[in-house]
Amino acid sequence: MKVLSKIYTGLILLFLFAPIAIMIVFSFNGQQSTAVMSGFSFRWYEALADNARLLESLRNTLILAFSAAIVSTIMGTAAAVGIFRLRKKYLRVALDTVTNIPMINPDIITGISLMLMFVFVGRLFGLANKLSFWTMLIAHITFCLPYVILQVLPKLQQMDKSLPEAAMDLGCTPLRAFFKVELPELMPGILTGMIMAFTLSLDDFVISYFTMGEDFQTLPIFIFNMTKRDVKPTVYALATVIFFVILALLMLSNLFDSETSKSLKEAKKKKKAKKQAI
Amino acid sequence: MKKFLSVLLSVCMLLSVCAALAGCGSAEEQENKPAVNAVPDEENPFLGTGTLTLNVYNWGEYISDGFEGSLDTVAAFEEWFEATYGRKVKVNYSTFASNEDMYSKLSSDAVSYDVIIPSDYMIAKMISDDMLLPLNYENIPNYQYINESFRGLYYDPDNLYTVPYTYGVVGIIYDANVVDPEDVGDWDLLWNEKYSGKILQFNNSRDAFGTAQYKLGLDVNTTDRASWDLALQELQKQEPLVQNYVMDEVYNMMEIGEASIAAYYAGDYFTMLDAQADDVDLRFYYPERTNYFVDAMCIPKGCQNQRLAEEFINFMLSEEVAIANAEFIYYASPNSLVYENEGYREDMGEEAMEILYPGIENFSELYNAYAFRNLDQDTLDYISDLWRTLRS
Amino acid sequence: MKNRNAALRRGSLVQRLALAPYSFWAVLFIVVPLFFIAFYAFTDEELHFTTENMRYIFTYKTDENASLPFYVTIFFRSFKLSAISTVICLLLGYPLAYRIAHASPRMQSILITVIMIPMWMNFLLRTYTWRMIMLDKGILNTYLGKLSLGPIHLINTEAAVIIGMVYDYLPYMILPIYSVMAKMDPKLLEAARDLGCNGFGVLRRVIWPLSLPGVISGINMVLIPSVSTFYISQKLGGKSNRLIGDEIEDLIYYNRNLNRAAAIAFVMMVLLLIFMAILQHRANKRAVA
Repeated sequence: MKVLSKIYTGLILLFLFAPIAIMIVFSFNGQQSTAVMSGFSFRWYEALADNARLLESLRNTLILAFSAAIVSTIMGTAAAVGIFRLRKKYLRVALDTVTNIPMINPDIITGISLMLMFVFVGRLFGLANKLSFWTMLIAHITFCLPYVILQVLPKLQQMDKSLPEAAMDLGCTPLRAFFKVELPELMPGILTGMIMAFTLSLDDFVISYFTMGEDFQTLPIFIFNMTKRDVKPTVYALATVIFFVILALLMLSNLFDSETSKSLKEAKKKKKAKKQAI
Repeated sequence: MKKFLSVLLSVCMLLSVCAALAGCGSAEEQENKPAVNAVPDEENPFLGTGTLTLNVYNWGEYISDGFEGSLDTVAAFEEWFEATYGRKVKVNYSTFASNEDMYSKLSSDAVSYDVIIPSDYMIAKMISDDMLLPLNYENIPNYQYINESFRGLYYDPDNLYTVPYTYGVVGIIYDANVVDPEDVGDWDLLWNEKYSGKILQFNNSRDAFGTAQYKLGLDVNTTDRASWDLALQELQKQEPLVQNYVMDEVYNMMEIGEASIAAYYAGDYFTMLDAQADDVDLRFYYPERTNYFVDAMCIPKGCQNQRLAEEFINFMLSEEVAIANAEFIYYASPNSLVYENEGYREDMGEEAMEILYPGIENFSELYNAYAFRNLDQDTLDYISDLWRTLRS
Repeated sequence: MKNRNAALRRGSLVQRLALAPYSFWAVLFIVVPLFFIAFYAFTDEELHFTTENMRYIFTYKTDENASLPFYVTIFFRSFKLSAISTVICLLLGYPLAYRIAHASPRMQSILITVIMIPMWMNFLLRTYTWRMIMLDKGILNTYLGKLSLGPIHLINTEAAVIIGMVYDYLPYMILPIYSVMAKMDPKLLEAARDLGCNGFGVLRRVIWPLSLPGVISGINMVLIPSVSTFYISQKLGGKSNRLIGDEIEDLIYYNRNLNRAAAIAFVMMVLLLIFMAILQHRANKRAVA
């Protein structure tokens, strides 16, 4: 049974990583093809380093994902706290429903509806640039928000309600109580929400496609337009670099994890030893 | 996991902040440099302070981008501009995937670009929709190098709005290891039952209908619905033989021999040739009647700085830049500085020059006879319906 | 005591202020855009009210002899392919989520991270690479050929589209199921076993009902994006597997008929909402029973 489940896990992982392995292999292709492998070279990595437009779109993507993650995390956390304390049931139901909309709506609908609105409003005010970095950012924040809220809400429900009350009894203002007592408790949920927001924003193509302005192109859009002509292994080289950066960080943090758990264990041992000594 | 992800997240954030700072940092560095003013102040139309911006909208992979030591056109323009006028310019370069894609962005009135590079029929449509600005050719002196055959073409008969960038002809690419030499010739190859399942057709209604219309000798710009119905019948005859309707996928399919016959643009044949597998032997020929196209630089209404846009267009026509772009894209250039350049001709090779530049001297005649023109919305909708019929 | 009540009341004011930006944002950027879809769906180009778009969607036929209207056929195909993909994702993902939830905490974090890594790679690029793998002369068949197996014809078939969808959305199925299972009390399973349940009985009577919320959110997270996708089918589906997302894209870019596109989007939204309401209703019923 154990072996079977291991084989099963292995097969699924193989399925998940097969295309990534192929990207890595073909990023070292000696010739310009994503279908025929011949020879080995680093030319696509050199091409990547020289491709200012590609790197700029990568930078844009990171800036956008970072801004969207920060704003949606702050606003979403505040919203979760507010929703949690709502006493009026109908208000709560209404807000829950609205929060669910961007998650249950297909991307294409979110994208189109926002575009229609931005263009309409832009026309109303006679703006020259109806779509821009800011419209894209608004769109990204909008579809990230529910994920943050849904990560933070359960943590609020799990939290001991007497904690902030105790803090306030001890003379904390509500705001101080929130930052000193509640926030640290919520942190894991907030962090997960932020990571989800960052990931979603990073990979979003459809919504960006519809809300993009003229001066800010992201990586997914760059790649989409590239696949409309001949895809060069340059983007494979970029994917490979991203993959190994993630992998290196993974290994680092695991190392870090095991170090801390080791030191924790040692601390426990020492405690035990002390107890025995006593 | 959380810890890992938080580390990951913070690294990404750091990276993006660094990237943003690096952007600013390098800008400051350059500002400290003494400006080399090649143009005296009284003649400088860009006198002033602050960075100018130029929004360029072009096809994906349609400009020399610094690949393998080639020229990075956008960076070169930024450098040249600062050296010449003593003022910084930031080019925001974005790409589109099709003419229609570009048109819907611009016509939604949602974005404003300074320079765009659409194809001929789309330019005609944009002119009739009053979406382009007339150019001041005095600011584009390099326009003189554009071959006479490329002036006064149907889409811009009075040379008011456009400067041609590239041109090309649709031809037929086939794999000589699969296709019998006897079967080669005109459009019939794409309808040959012997190669059922090996044939690719355009995934673009206008181009696909074009192949049938050229084959039958019909007018590709007719508004007569019966004529379009005839073309549809021809395509329906072909449908069972077609492996797939493709655009960009054509490269890989032909390179590895997944398909053996396709109609595509001449310049792209060379891209495929460079990457063909060992058991594939790609060849190329022109049918008797076929499609000619021109992609040209224009300035759309809503442009923020027309003088600057014209400066960019002029820069794109200068010798070094135009050659770099022509070599990168592999399409023919209407610029005499390019096709008359010895180095360029050598780089391309004799065979490529013959295929890329078929009869440049009587180009306008063939072009005006066979090129796609803008059609009225009714006809376009009718074609869309026919296309859906074919594909359903 | 009085003091504390005042502090709490002030607290609720702070909380209300915390909620204000989000409420504002939600109305402006979530609710209002939906009205735009409905508005465009029921107007013509001059923005006059019309039901013509709806009528068109449900009656337009490319061929008079066709049994179903064109867009209805496409809707059916989209829902069929994405339903199959969702079921496969559930079948593949459920055991894996169970396996991960029962691994050591350290292994859990590693496996979940590993499953999330592909989500960090670009979605378009992953799909494009699948195309390279599945071509008749592609990477898979080349290696099968070397083992003198195959060839398998995958590209341009429904199966290829389904593989693409399963690949792209499988993590969205695994993650919510895992997070529900990880919170399950192991004592419950023990108790069930003690009460004489066999392995299958435990799964059916205890684990499955308890994991239902995760399953439902997994189904939603896979089904919704796969119904509306517009890249996978273009790259993998070949000439006869166009999906509703492709048609919406076509209407926007090639026909510039925003009203008709909005009408299709509106119908899709209503269908998805009905489906999810049914799913939720059934789950609630089961939970009560």
